[in-house]
Amino acid sequence: MSKKKKNIINICLLAALFVVLFVLEQTLSGGSMLLTVLKKGAIYALIACSMNLLNGFTGLFSLGQAGFMLLGAYTYAIFTIPVEARADVYQYFDGGIIQFTLPVIVAIILAGIVAALFASLIGMPVLRLKSDYLAIATLGFAEIIRAFMMFEGLGPITNGSNLLKKFPTFSTILFPFAVAGVCIALIVMLINSSYGRAFKAIRDDEVAAEAMGVNLFKHKQTAFVISSFFAGIGGALLAMYQSTVQANAFKSAMTYEILLIVVIGGIGSITGSILASFLYIASSEWWLRFLDETAFIGSFQVPLLRSGFRMVVFSIIIMVIVLFYRQGIMGTREYSLDALLRFFKNLPAKIKSIGKKKKGEDAAASEEVQ
Amino acid sequence: MAKNVLKLENVTMQFGGVVAVNDLSLEVNEGEIIALIGPNGAGKTTAFNCITGVYEPTNGRISFNGETMLENCPHGKMKKLYAGTNAGKFTKVIRKTPDVITKMGIARTFQNIRLFKTMTVLENVLVACHMFVKTGVVFSMLGLGKKEEAAMRQQAMEYIRFMGLEDVADEIAANLPYGKQRHLEIARALAARPKLLLLDEPAAGMNPQETAELMELIRRIRDEFNLTVFMIEHHMDLVMGISDRIYVIDFGKQIAEGTPVEIQNNPAVIAAYLGEEEEA
Repeated sequence: MSKKKKNIINICLLAALFVVLFVLEQTLSGGSMLLTVLKKGAIYALIACSMNLLNGFTGLFSLGQAGFMLLGAYTYAIFTIPVEARADVYQYFDGGIIQFTLPVIVAIILAGIVAALFASLIGMPVLRLKSDYLAIATLGFAEIIRAFMMFEGLGPITNGSNLLKKFPTFSTILFPFAVAGVCIALIVMLINSSYGRAFKAIRDDEVAAEAMGVNLFKHKQTAFVISSFFAGIGGALLAMYQSTVQANAFKSAMTYEILLIVVIGGIGSITGSILASFLYIASSEWWLRFLDETAFIGSFQVPLLRSGFRMVVFSIIIMVIVLFYRQGIMGTREYSLDALLRFFKNLPAKIKSIGKKKKGEDAAASEEVQ
Repeated sequence: MAKNVLKLENVTMQFGGVVAVNDLSLEVNEGEIIALIGPNGAGKTTAFNCITGVYEPTNGRISFNGETMLENCPHGKMKKLYAGTNAGKFTKVIRKTPDVITKMGIARTFQNIRLFKTMTVLENVLVACHMFVKTGVVFSMLGLGKKEEAAMRQQAMEYIRFMGLEDVADEIAANLPYGKQRHLEIARALAARPKLLLLDEPAAGMNPQETAELMELIRRIRDEFNLTVFMIEHHMDLVMGISDRIYVIDFGKQIAEGTPVEIQNNPAVIAAYLGEEEEA
């Protein structure tokens, strides 16, 4: 197949996805679980990709993602609350000091820029650290930002520890998909460029990369800033999805959630991160919900099912993945049309071979019996 | 008199109490092939690491094409510990990082092969081309560097072809056989367009026939790319067959310098390699 033909098919697939989303939205009711999962999944996909750029492609083990999301979410919320609503939102702070609003798209981009700005400041001291130390430093930063945002002295801007609300949210599911899609496309373009190769070189061997003329600090800083930029945008989208923002929600547990998505998807695979984020959100919000609810079969109460059990199951899944599927879903492979076609072509054969294996085993077992 | 490309003056490298390179002075002239030899643990690779900026020498000066790249004098903790000589000779501290030194025109290979293991052969060579990229990050992100990228790929393929790796260009570097990995290291170093090429044991693990081929290759590299070659090597056939001059070091100190014939007959070198003859 020629490259041009492949591009056309890929574009058609993408268009089909948007049509399907549109139809789903028209037919399903607003409270549908599927729509919720798709919305949140798209946002998490963007954030997971931004984390993968740093952790998977540049080899910097950073745990500051929640901090940058928080910055993005707050920036977006602060600058888009309508002026009329400010008196109500900032009721303890005389309506706050910012008395203007920005258009939604401008505010989203600004959210990314603010996160990137902070990243460039923190990057200077922090990126000289290696592996675990970097993780601890970035984690610490995220916690400091969270505490700082709740500081009452900043109340006129951040509303202290109170909720930010009444800012515009998205009305259609296509919006988060479009924004996340564009951002992920940019990340993919970066990874496939010469800079992306330099990032991977740093991941593979720092000493050799530096000996080949790659300025370590500059490139680490670049990756860190760009990753934070997209985390900021992801934060803004998350704020829109939740329709309220409070700093307390952006705990380090959120970073771990995203790290988990990156690991499940495959460290160093954008496709993996996207697949894993939908899978993760679907299981945590939807498929595994029943684990948290007490259930009865007749009058018999099913043991273990109670609030919090879902998290236990999750921990077990994580352990199984880390022990047996360290590669995650995709390893370092990426989506391509050829691979997809091959997968579907081989699917019947695969299913057959599984069936055959079972039959073979049965036959062997029955022979043994005789 | 030929112009000298690389000049080391009284370079001393001390780790704690261990003096790995002791008062080493040497000159490499343009277009020469120079070998640095010595018994195991003599400090050859340490000397290379000093030249490329991986280590900061404790004392001494290293200049490239007349420009000082690295200069240091014992300071801080080393002031008390310093066990070398010429402690007061240098006063400035100049330290260029390895990437800057590579940009100035020195590229190297590694003794224990250090390829980018998860990347393909072509990508490995492309990383070395990265420092010449003019497109900015933001423009690359918007996909505006396609033309430059295509030119880069073409150039990288030329180095790959020169080293005879064109049929494995899309293989993952870690899957290559040992000999080809060594060749890839050289291809990658060449792609950095150096004026001085440092080879750290390029013939390690090669059989006599491969070594002979390598000898031919190193000559071709020098002639075709107008390079100066400075190498560390243990294979005496290779060293004696190709070098214009040889420096011999033992316990970090230079014990001899000269043409291959001179070195072969130098009693100090023979003693270092074979041990002193016992006097009856």
